[in-house]
Amino acid sequence: MAHPAQRRWYPLVFVIAALVLLPLSVLLLSWQSIDAQIWSHLWDTQMPRLLGNTLTLIVGVGIGVTLLGVSLAWLTSLCEFPGRRWLDWALMLPFAIPAYVLAFVFVGLLDFAGPVQTLLREWFGMGLRLPRVRSTGGVIIVLILVFYPYVYLLARSAFLAQGKGLMEAARVLGQSPWQAFWRVALPMARPAIGAGVALALMETLADFGAVSVFNFDTFTTAIYKTWYGFFSLSTAAQLASLLLLVVMLVLYGERRARGASRASNERPRVKALYHLRGAKAWLASSWCLLVFACAFVIPMLQLVVWFWQRGRFDLDERYTGLILHTLYLGAMAALITVSVALVLAFARRQAPTPAIRAGVSLANLGYALPGSVLAVSIMLAFSYLDRELVIPVSGWLGGAGKPLLLGSLSALLLAYLVRFIAVAYGPLENSLARIRPSLPEAARSLGVSGPRLFIKVYLPLLLPGTLSAALLVFVDVLKEMPATLLMRPFGWDTLAVRIFEMTSEGEWARASLPALTLVLVGLLPVIGLIRRSAHRIG
Amino acid sequence: MLVPKRLLTALALTVFGSSAFAADEVVVYSSRIDELIKPVFDAYTAKTGVKVKFITDKEAPLMQRIKAEGQNATADLLLTVDAGNLWQAEQMGILQPLKSDVIDKNIPPQYRSSSHEWTGLSLRARTIAYASDRVKPEELSTYEALADKKWEGRLCLRTAKKVYNQSLTATMIEVNGPQKTEEILKGWVNNLSTDVFSDDIAVLEAINAGQCDVGIVNTYYYGRLHKQKPDLAVKLFWPNQADRGVHVNLSGIGLTKYAPHPEAAKALVEWMTTPEAQAIFAGTNQEFPANPTVAPSAEVASWGNFKADELPVEVAGKRQAEAIRMMDRAGWN
Repeated sequence: MAHPAQRRWYPLVFVIAALVLLPLSVLLLSWQSIDAQIWSHLWDTQMPRLLGNTLTLIVGVGIGVTLLGVSLAWLTSLCEFPGRRWLDWALMLPFAIPAYVLAFVFVGLLDFAGPVQTLLREWFGMGLRLPRVRSTGGVIIVLILVFYPYVYLLARSAFLAQGKGLMEAARVLGQSPWQAFWRVALPMARPAIGAGVALALMETLADFGAVSVFNFDTFTTAIYKTWYGFFSLSTAAQLASLLLLVVMLVLYGERRARGASRASNERPRVKALYHLRGAKAWLASSWCLLVFACAFVIPMLQLVVWFWQRGRFDLDERYTGLILHTLYLGAMAALITVSVALVLAFARRQAPTPAIRAGVSLANLGYALPGSVLAVSIMLAFSYLDRELVIPVSGWLGGAGKPLLLGSLSALLLAYLVRFIAVAYGPLENSLARIRPSLPEAARSLGVSGPRLFIKVYLPLLLPGTLSAALLVFVDVLKEMPATLLMRPFGWDTLAVRIFEMTSEGEWARASLPALTLVLVGLLPVIGLIRRSAHRIG
Repeated sequence: MLVPKRLLTALALTVFGSSAFAADEVVVYSSRIDELIKPVFDAYTAKTGVKVKFITDKEAPLMQRIKAEGQNATADLLLTVDAGNLWQAEQMGILQPLKSDVIDKNIPPQYRSSSHEWTGLSLRARTIAYASDRVKPEELSTYEALADKKWEGRLCLRTAKKVYNQSLTATMIEVNGPQKTEEILKGWVNNLSTDVFSDDIAVLEAINAGQCDVGIVNTYYYGRLHKQKPDLAVKLFWPNQADRGVHVNLSGIGLTKYAPHPEAAKALVEWMTTPEAQAIFAGTNQEFPANPTVAPSAEVASWGNFKADELPVEVAGKRQAEAIRMMDRAGWN
């Protein structure tokens, strides 16, 4: 039985969960009627290939982001080598590049008609045969390069938080650096790595922009095709709910594998553990540099070249508005989402009853749905609320009886909230877990409780995690496209909207202007994110 | 030049300052992108004082939004870039008839819905592009002939997910029958030199770079690329001149069922079919005006005259689902 104090959390958590449940129930209601013709067609001609593609993508990206994220995090947080100090934060910069942007830059640069292959053909003749760029391998590489920062960020802070005592103890006990990594650091960082990989895989499953540049068909592209081509939104929603089921399994697996997270608030290390020298140092530098170059420097250079060739002619005073809208939406969404996620994280810590745990898990599901499907479900849910609730009530109160939600700024912000709760919840739960229960207990015994307890004890300790969560949501909202497109009020065009308009016409070179601006706007918070978490003096 | 009376009145009202009219506005949901519609709407606002508010997205979400808003509609007009989606909008019951003598006079009947629920504004020809240094125009004849063995490994196509290809396939089914069309599609897929591309510009670039020799593209993409690269080694060919003509689709507009400003919306659509607006609307994207009295831009005219397919464009919508299933079976991704 839940303790009365625990039950106080119920209403809040249930309201938040209901907010997410609303669009999800729209998906579930779609099962009322089944279009047998579309299903049998999909099953006969598409499904085997789509499922195969999706599975390959998930496995490839999963392995890739783990290898990249963990190796880079290990090197930059525990070792010392030339360039570590700036690579430490530079390796986080690719997070500011949206997947769809990296995809079109990658294809535009490297495909047959692109500058690289054209140059190679000029040197070596037309007979030159190079590996295909728009291939399974190509998509996987691009998605690894855009999604590894999730793993890197979380693994890095886990390694840093492990403190010096443990690793030094392992060392004293005669463990080699490799053994210490495998036996001590990695198992302890596993929850954080798992959370990062789960975020990366949810992004991969929901991705539509990047895979469509490669014309790589996945389960998600089938959802879109069913909607945009067959005009069967209900079949699309059915497919999406199946996707959601898979994601729930992934998340469940991740929770299970994570086990009970242990509280550890050792003092963070202030000095690197391993000073790499000679070949090892060079290897470490080159590996980090290689990833940084592929994921950030080269794409940025290509964007700058395109900007100079084509994009700069589009630059006009309207960009001020685009940038301001983008920033405003990002900041508001970050504020709201982090506050809500904070409530969830506290509820789960103070009252881990089955009902609360279920509510919290439910609230985290929005992230896994393809953006457009989530957007349209939210839109349908809101229009239902407008029709059934807002208009009658406002009419009754003597108001105009006009719809309030649909097409309003608050609806768009709510959509962001539903989509990005999971992004904010992860870091908050992690940093909350690091606060030992004895600390607030001690405060309580000293007579500090209620809001004062939160402000005096929790807030200072949670500030880093809260900032991380806010910055992650901020950058994700900047990059968000489908919900913004569908639900923005009139005149609220953002940079992502402009990128959509350019790329939908195949104008990659001109999309460089909004893309470059978007990356630059996103870079500041990303740098802030990494600076803040770099509580280690190199 | 023909200027509708309504416009003159509107102009007069603006000049002499009628607050009632100036406060009027029209709301458009558009899948045609900002830079291709804003100049037209700006011209209209400058002329009449009527504000045009718009929002851009893909067709399916916009149509869903209109449906969800129902009687609390904000949108007056739905503007799309192809006929198939307008037909779908009609089927969804989110449009209403827009009867107007001005529109009937300006736009030929095959480019309008038979139920008056929408009208075309500009035509977009989907034709064959070829590498001018490797292919002689005499080697080309019809879309169907691209399935011939001689094009094996030489053809580039855009993805079958794009509605332009679905519409082309739909009209081929209408003319050639399903069986023959499916064989042709299989022939095309067999002749592909590389995986299908995500857009028409990429198809043209691939032909230019020598990855393939022929492809099927909308003409305005050629116009855009040609502007950037005047030495483009790609030319346009008008196929099927001996039979049905070049496949044309259209960008068109329809009045939503619960439009809050139906009269103002009607005035805007009527104006958009006039020569003045047609020249801007088609001109900004090097398309062909749907009003036959308006000549296309000089660049567009330089591609030569051609016989266009006169099949009512509604066919594209009616047979869209059938076309997609066939493209899937043929392995055109």
